[in-house]
Parts: sequence; structure tokens; C-alpha cells
Amino acid sequence: MATVTSLANPTRFLSIVDAVVPFLAGLTVLLLGIGLYLSFFVAPPDYQQGETVKIMFIHVPSAWLAMFGYMLIAVASLGTLIWRHPLADVAAKTAAPIGATFTFIALVTGSLWGKPMWGTYWVWDARLTSMLVLLLLYLGLIALWQAIEEPGRAGRAAAILALVGAINIPIIKFSVDWWNTLHQPASVFRMGGSTIDPALLTPLFVMMGAFTLLFVLLHLISMRAEILRRRVHALQQIEVQRAGSGR
Amino acid sequence: MRPWLALLTREIGLAWREGGAIGTALGFYLVVVAITPLGLGPDLNLLSRIAPGVLWVALLLASLLSADRIVHNDYEDGTLDVLTTGPLPLAGIVAIKSLSHWITTGIPLALLAPILGLLLNFPIASSPLLVLAMLAGTPAVSFIAAIGASLTLGLRRSGVLLALLVLPLYVPVLIFGVSTVSAAVTGPASPWPPLLMLSAFSLASIVLAPLAAAAAIRNALR
Repeated sequence: MATVTSLANPTRFLSIVDAVVPFLAGLTVLLLGIGLYLSFFVAPPDYQQGETVKIMFIHVPSAWLAMFGYMLIAVASLGTLIWRHPLADVAAKTAAPIGATFTFIALVTGSLWGKPMWGTYWVWDARLTSMLVLLLLYLGLIALWQAIEEPGRAGRAAAILALVGAINIPIIKFSVDWWNTLHQPASVFRMGGSTIDPALLTPLFVMMGAFTLLFVLLHLISMRAEILRRRVHALQQIEVQRAGSGR
Repeated sequence: MRPWLALLTREIGLAWREGGAIGTALGFYLVVVAITPLGLGPDLNLLSRIAPGVLWVALLLASLLSADRIVHNDYEDGTLDVLTTGPLPLAGIVAIKSLSHWITTGIPLALLAPILGLLLNFPIASSPLLVLAMLAGTPAVSFIAAIGASLTLGLRRSGVLLALLVLPLYVPVLIFGVSTVSAAVTGPASPWPPLLMLSAFSLASIVLAPLAAAAAIRNALR
């Protein structure tokens, strides 16, 4: 019985997802198309950085989603631990690989941007370092989920780890800033002045909106897949039990 | 007070009598510090510059070696189930266990550090501050390791997973610990601000980590 009542909510969720996904997909493609067109054909090359400034249109949205993904996991973990919400666990689990991927994209594009700008693929800049630590936290979460077989226990364990990480992230960020200023008084990374020209800012905002929609879309689809996967698993177990008791 | 003390004596007694529990960590510490110059070359100036970092990283790895001992043995033989039915709150039990891990691993490693520092041309004059910084930082190491150990209860390959989960959380310990020691050796910055940060981090993890670890153990015992 318990399985049936807990499935009631996911069923409603699934029907909502089925209705929303096509529109969301269309909107994402449209906005991504506009954003990419603006970034590559309309936005002028930077007077110092040239065409490489266009890496920013992929890099900044990815970095934003890397942090957004972890925030989402932390909030969902609260939902898992406090309200035992059956979807919170699914939301946290499926957000982790997507967030990790965006973190990875942010690191890779950042390092490709760094090569022409700073002359090296990697500097131990405070921002890069905290992104790297964030990626490690994501990988730890994913590894924990894969190591525990029972989904309920895995969900709660990962929720605890996610919250420990969420408390620790500001401290890590602070300590990394401290560490970097201690070792490299003159920071390498300075965004061409503090203001970005509006001609570059508009495509950037469009791309951030498009990437966020992409994240939500991917997240909804993989939540649906995860719910269905668990359902198949539950059905298989019922089938096995029936076969066992039928003798 | 009696049950707390009884549990603490039991934990320390077990670590002491379970031959090699403390010795292995110390031996591992010695080996890691000893092979580092073989990889980097015998340049004493270079070694003395990187000595604080090498000593700290090796200390973190050495204390992770015995981290799963904090709760795993008691989980496997059922002691943990018995303890949870006793008078002590679970968070308190984990705190005592982490404290015992600190006493049997953190303190010996911190005391060994200046001797190993000699291998790396670490100035003897700075040794007291090195030991002080490590004594201030190792409680955080033990208490956070308890979270990792509780999360990986009963899992296969739990040792490697524990390291993957816990090492990123040690970034502040490493940074403030190395900052303290480096500032003491090279100056001109004062070693006290990072030392206070390190102590604050340790105190915060002493308070918060047992709560997280207790939740994880309850989840595993369910």
C-alpha cells in the first residue's frame, strides 16, 4: 500500500511533465537559437580579447548553472530529510549529473579561454579552484548514490552529504580566496574593467536564460526517466514475488 | 558522566589494543613524507619551502586511513545497535568516537610532524607552532571523517569512497593549516589569524559534524 500512496504524487507529476516538456523544449530551442545567433553574429568582438570573448557566452551561463544545480540539490535534500517528499529525492539525484556536467563545461571553457588570455590552460585562481572543488563535491554525491543500492537509503545519505557540502561551500570559497590572495597578491583574473558593454551583455543574458531553460528541461526529462525506472524496478519485484508465491 | 567516560575508555582501549591501529597511521605518515623528496629531488631549499604543505597533506591522508574504524567495526559486530538503545544520544556517541579517533590518531600524528619535518629541512624553531596548528586542525579532520565513515557504513569499497567524499571538505583545514605554518616559517604575515580560523573551523565541526554523522548512522541502521 505504501508504494501506491507514494506513487500517487509522482503520477500527477508525470502528467504535468508530459504536458510541459514539449513547450519547454520548443522555447529552449528558440531562445538558444536567438542567443547563439546574437553571440556569434551580432555581438562585436572585444577590442582586446578579439573573438575569444565569445567563449563567455557559454562559460558564464555554465558557471551559473553549476552553482544553481548545487543549490537545487541542497533545497531538495531539505525536502528529502524534513518532509520525506518522494520527488525531492528524485530531483536531487537527477540534478547531480547535470550540475556536474555544467561545472565541467564551465571549467573546460574557462581553461580554453585562459589559454589565449593568460597564456596557460590552468591557473590556481580562487574562482577556478572553488569550481574545481564544487566538481569534486558533485562527483562525491554521484559516487555515493551509485554505491548504495537501496534508493531510499541512498537518497537520505546523499541528502546529508549535500547539506554538509552546502554548509562547507561558503567556508571553502572564503578559504580559497584567502589562500589565493596570500600567495598571489596581484590577481591574474580581471574582467576587462568592471563593466561589460551592453552589446555583449544582451546576448549574455539571453544565453543565461536559454541555458537555465535547458537545465530545467534536462532535469524534468531525467526526473521522468528516474521515476519510470523506479516504477519498472518495483513492478519487476512484484512480478518476482508473485512468481515465488505461486508455487 | 559515567557512560560518556566508559565509552571513551572503551574506544581508546580498542584502538590501542587493536595492534597496529595507531602504528599504521604513523608508519603511513612516515612513508609519504619520506618518498616525497625522492620525487622532487634533494634540494633542501625547495623542500623547506614546501614542507608545511607536504606535512599537512600527508597528515590528512594518514588520518583518513583509520577513519572508517570510527564506526565500521561497531556497525559490523552489532555494537552500534546496542549503543543506540543505551542512555547516550546518538550524536553524543559519534562525538565520543570522533574524539577518540582524534586522541589516537590526530594527536600522535601532530606530535610526529616536527620529527618528520627534519627530513624536509623544516626549521626546528617553528616546530612548536607546527604542532599547535596541527593540534588545532586535527579535530576537524577526525570529526568530518566521522561523517564520511557514517555515510559509507556497510558499503563495498567504502575506504576509497570515504576519501572521495571527505577530502574536498578538508580544503579549509589544509589552507588555514598551511597558511599558519608558512607564515610562521617565512613571515611577514602573522600566523595567528589563520590559526584562529583553523580553530574556529575545528570548533564548528565538533558541534555540527556529529549531528550529520548521527543522521547518517540512523539512516544506515534503519
